[in-house]
Amino acid sequence: MLESSKESLKLEAMKRVVGLIAKGKNASELFPAVVKNVANKNLELKKLVYVYLVRYAEEQQDLALLSISTFQRALKDPNQLIRASALRVLSSIRVPIIVPIMMLAIKEAASDLSPYVRKTAAHAIQKLYSLDADQKDHLIEVIEKLLKDKSTLVAGSVVMAFEEVCPDRIDLIHRNYRKLCNLLMDVEEWGQVVIISMLTRYARTQFISPWKEDGVFENSEKAFYESDEEKRKSAEETKPYAMDPDHRLLLRSTKPLLQSRNTAVVMSVAQLYWHLAPKHEVNIITKSLVRLLRSHREVQYIVLQNIATMSIQRKGMFEPFMKSFYVRSTDATHIKTLKLEILTNLANEANISTVLREFQTYVKSQDKAFAAATIQAIGRCATNISEITDTCLNGLVLLLSNRDETVVAESVVVIRKLLQTQPSEHSDIIKHMAKLFDNITVPMARASILWLIGEYCEHVPKIAPDVLRKMAKTFHNEEDIVKLQTVSLAAKLYLTNSKQTKLLTQYILNLGKYDQNYDIRDRTRFIRQLIVPSERGGALSKYARRILLAPKPAPVLQSAFKDRDRFQLGTLSHTLNSKATGYLELSDWPPMAPDQSVRNVEVAEAMKEWSPAVGKAKSSKSDDKFYSDSGEEEDEQAADSGSDEEGGSEGSTRTPVCKLVSVCDRVCVCVCQQLSSPVFVPVHTYELLHRMTGKGLAAQYHFSRQPCIYDDRMISVQLTFSNNGDHTLENIHISEKTSAGQNIHCFSPIECLEPEKSVTVSMGVDFNDSTQAASFQLCTKAEGFNVSIQPAVGELLLPVTMSEQDFSKEQGKLQGMNESSATIAMTPESITSQPLHRKVVNMANVGVVPSGQNNVHRFAAKLVSSGALVLVCVVQKDSGAQLTVNTEKTIIGSMLLRELQTVLSQGS
Amino acid sequence: MIHSLFLINNAGDIFLEKHWKSVISRSVCDYFFEAQEKAMEPDNVPPVIRTPHHYLINIYRDKIFFVSVIQTEVPPLFVIEFLHRVAEMFQDYFGDCSEVAIKDNVVIVYELLEEMLDNGFPLATESNILKELIKPPTILRSMVNSITGSSNVGETLPTGQLSTVPWRRAGVKYTNNEAYFDVVEEIDAILDKSGTTVFAEIQGVIDACVKLSGMPDLTLSFMNPRLLDDVSFHPCVRFKRWESERVLSFIPPDGNFRLMSYHVNAQNLVAIPVYVRQNISFFESGSSGRLDITLGPKQTMGKTVECVVVTVHMPKVVLNANLTATQGNYTYDPVTKILVWDIGKLNQQKLPNLKGSLSLQSGAPKPEENPSLNIDLKIQQLAISGLKVNRLDMYGEKYKPFKGVKYVTKAGNHGHFVVTNWKLHNILASPFYV
Repeated sequence: MLESSKESLKLEAMKRVVGLIAKGKNASELFPAVVKNVANKNLELKKLVYVYLVRYAEEQQDLALLSISTFQRALKDPNQLIRASALRVLSSIRVPIIVPIMMLAIKEAASDLSPYVRKTAAHAIQKLYSLDADQKDHLIEVIEKLLKDKSTLVAGSVVMAFEEVCPDRIDLIHRNYRKLCNLLMDVEEWGQVVIISMLTRYARTQFISPWKEDGVFENSEKAFYESDEEKRKSAEETKPYAMDPDHRLLLRSTKPLLQSRNTAVVMSVAQLYWHLAPKHEVNIITKSLVRLLRSHREVQYIVLQNIATMSIQRKGMFEPFMKSFYVRSTDATHIKTLKLEILTNLANEANISTVLREFQTYVKSQDKAFAAATIQAIGRCATNISEITDTCLNGLVLLLSNRDETVVAESVVVIRKLLQTQPSEHSDIIKHMAKLFDNITVPMARASILWLIGEYCEHVPKIAPDVLRKMAKTFHNEEDIVKLQTVSLAAKLYLTNSKQTKLLTQYILNLGKYDQNYDIRDRTRFIRQLIVPSERGGALSKYARRILLAPKPAPVLQSAFKDRDRFQLGTLSHTLNSKATGYLELSDWPPMAPDQSVRNVEVAEAMKEWSPAVGKAKSSKSDDKFYSDSGEEEDEQAADSGSDEEGGSEGSTRTPVCKLVSVCDRVCVCVCQQLSSPVFVPVHTYELLHRMTGKGLAAQYHFSRQPCIYDDRMISVQLTFSNNGDHTLENIHISEKTSAGQNIHCFSPIECLEPEKSVTVSMGVDFNDSTQAASFQLCTKAEGFNVSIQPAVGELLLPVTMSEQDFSKEQGKLQGMNESSATIAMTPESITSQPLHRKVVNMANVGVVPSGQNNVHRFAAKLVSSGALVLVCVVQKDSGAQLTVNTEKTIIGSMLLRELQTVLSQGS
Repeated sequence: MIHSLFLINNAGDIFLEKHWKSVISRSVCDYFFEAQEKAMEPDNVPPVIRTPHHYLINIYRDKIFFVSVIQTEVPPLFVIEFLHRVAEMFQDYFGDCSEVAIKDNVVIVYELLEEMLDNGFPLATESNILKELIKPPTILRSMVNSITGSSNVGETLPTGQLSTVPWRRAGVKYTNNEAYFDVVEEIDAILDKSGTTVFAEIQGVIDACVKLSGMPDLTLSFMNPRLLDDVSFHPCVRFKRWESERVLSFIPPDGNFRLMSYHVNAQNLVAIPVYVRQNISFFESGSSGRLDITLGPKQTMGKTVECVVVTVHMPKVVLNANLTATQGNYTYDPVTKILVWDIGKLNQQKLPNLKGSLSLQSGAPKPEENPSLNIDLKIQQLAISGLKVNRLDMYGEKYKPFKGVKYVTKAGNHGHFVVTNWKLHNILASPFYV
């Protein structure tokens, strides 16, 4: 049929062949017939042939080569889908001879116009690498190129390729770090997972630990984790740690993904927070993780495992959600066991009664394996929380009369472990267990009882020999483990009470001597030499008592998840508790922060790109202003390092350009990709503290018009301190926040400021959308000064980009009360739109809405704290203009209107 | 990433295999069968199994095991989530995800799997994109295809792949433009013997069926968004708008999709719509027991409670049940020991009652624990949390769509696994009580 000239017949035949492949049957003898059809026009037939080729090409390499030319032709096809699928198949054919062809195809596809083809190229990189690892260097070049790609489609795939081919080449990430963080929200879900896990590793090598302040406590006492309260307090006491803004950026850009519908994404964000966030911020992942527990069974399993690991270290995180971990009768066994594990981890003095009551119902479960696990859990609670040890013991003793054998046996084992911690008080329990001994058949339980009696034979002097007598009778029927314990019991009794038991012991030792198991024979021989005094072995037997009856340390009952945290959460290795192939270790925090400026490089480059077109406002981003604390110096540094990184020929020419840009962007930074970038940052600074009042210390503040990194509701303010005095100022910090209702995020204290030097820091203030001044006390080591920051109304805004359509729509919603307008007379110079724009954006932090009409200018922004929209519209007329401000917050609206009015009516 | 996929039915036959990298012998599944045997029940099979050279990650869904073979480190949830997506895609394409359906459409399944993964990494998982690449089978289309010889495979790259809204296909056209939203809520509660709530929470989802032409931009707002405690969204929902204004703003995918799922704060008192009086006792002698269950409506807010089913997992010693029901029928399966009482609609005037005797295995000791009751029910036109959709606005298109919102409250299966929805705990005097 495949040879037929009719297409429908061919298709039918091919469908059957694929059916054979799907069932796993061998269809390789059809290869020659199938391969002929590879150039067929019918797309479906073609696809099926591809499926066939990929499956069998490895087995029939020579014949497969026949098809290559077809793919090479298809790689040039104008249809991007065909280009991509040709590349996919070409790279999936695992024939080593075509490696050079593949390499060439990948290189070409990596610069294809279609992001879809570039994505396929990223996938092909991994395939080629697994086929021929020698190509690594060339592939890394391609990866480097694709990493720079701005398409969200490509990002996930190329990071995947990066992880597979060269996960250690962290240096390739630096320049793309900020871009990846910003793109993350828009990348497809699967890519998000890969990128997040890569960034987790990256961050661990590049930022210093946000847990520094806890570090000391962490080592000295484990109990430190017990309560969150305590921790928070200690964090406040130690000096605030300043987080790298890039570190913060990562945390901030991943947070919304906790709301993803994809469980893998949620989990990966959770692990990112767990491994990277300051301890007090980790709590936000709890709710999302608990939500995942309502998903499929398999998802629950993985999530519960991760929660189990977390709950050991941080009980507080999951305690409020304890009820979510209650076991349901329909849960699968492995889920039940995990929930039990978590409940045990969460148990503390306060909630133990509820936990135990819950356990009580589990013990009665029909699922006996689970009931046994519950008893183990009770044992662990009992050792962890000393107050309830007795209660638990009594409860367990009651369980000894249970009808079910496994329950009884498990109880015995757990009681043995518990008794070891405090044997003297519980001789009655030992007696009770000795009584039960006849009815218990589970070997482990019998062995445990024997061991107990032997160990504490002095507490039960009468019963012990009797038990030994019984054991002598049944010795040959017992399991090995019981026999071993019998021998031990005999030996111990011989030492303490040789009068009664000498003969019995010898009898048992004789039985053991001829046992089938060599372990038992061995043990018997050893014991005999040890305890029975003979001519030769006398030296040791002196110490027999000390050897056998030495006080033994109580066993520690601890969680199986205790050491799982050595693996990165959410990984396969963590699930299996052993290293999986290809697992990449999460490194420890570096002791010193590596150079931050490596990530700035890209910014300098971006600036260069658009510097000729200043004012056009169409560059991907420029976060530089946002991050730099000290304005221009930093810029220069960034530019310098940029040229260093680029090296050689270009470097020297670029530096001046960058400098130019960094100076001129003070005047006009025109970047607006998202909400976050201001249209314009004015240079105007305000005085905070005059040098006369400040006794040498002068302070000025400046609104940087960037979204605040500490909190979305805050406005970032840059403070510049300069020392005009003649002696060094030490420990400059903010001490008292006097104003009410305003949240202030302080800068980290400045240790010292030399004379004639100045330093710039940034802080965040939540003005609550009012122009009330935020006042606080600025302190040096010696003195304090009361100062206040007065925000202009225009600084309370963040620019918003929207289309003209959206603007009118939103404006329509904010009519009536929410609208305020005025007419202004304008000087003729300001008729052209450019100066008018400048004036408005200079005065207020608003975004420009592209307008179709020449005489209408629209600006949009939102209030930082409440997020309410503020819309400004200026309609120019012959001699004046109509100014309209629409916003929900009418007070802000009227204030803004007034200020705009004054600004616009002034001549330029 | 994902190396190979095997589909295995309950009987242990591998009926489909697909490899994305080099071929792995199906003998690798022997490790899976070993684990399956050990686990006894399909639900108990561990999702992650280690073999000497590979790792097997599996899910069990609709009586089929999806077993994927992994060779290197990968987040297990990544694979699990993907396998569930595959199952959902089959459901979407063939109506149900059964062995028969997959075998009948093996070529389409193969084409789908080929598109969904490239080299083991997910390529396209959005149903809208896949449907453009590979048309779902319909009787009409298969007839047309056999006559004209046209194919099921799309010839151009779906526009969604490249756009910023990958979930929506371009050029959608309907004569009737409609958008329906189903607010489905589930109560998950554990009550103790006296009827006091031990634990109760409400989870809800909003499933949408949107058939609108063009590129509509929808905004859905609630009367009381504060109720929602924890939410997760379809990627189409603009998270920023939700954060700032508590409205759902989105460009919807075409067809059926789950818009959001939410959780209602458990601190809000959950209204339990029915009450139960139950008395199950086993006699010390005579190997028999008594059972008496009565149900009645409680806080139903004027709506009728429907589809009420009571399920009791009896202890092993119960041989048979001889009962009379005043309403509905009951069945007792002596093998699985499950008593099912299907009541139907709950009648306000005459409360349904199930009463009678249980016969026990003679000589066996009486069960220690009284069985718990699971109750399933359904209330139409009511979201028990009180959540209400305020309005739906559409921007970007000119026509007037037909809009509808439906509310349903359930205490039933949620997702694809059974959860004990109402477990009547019998808390006895506990020696552990401190």
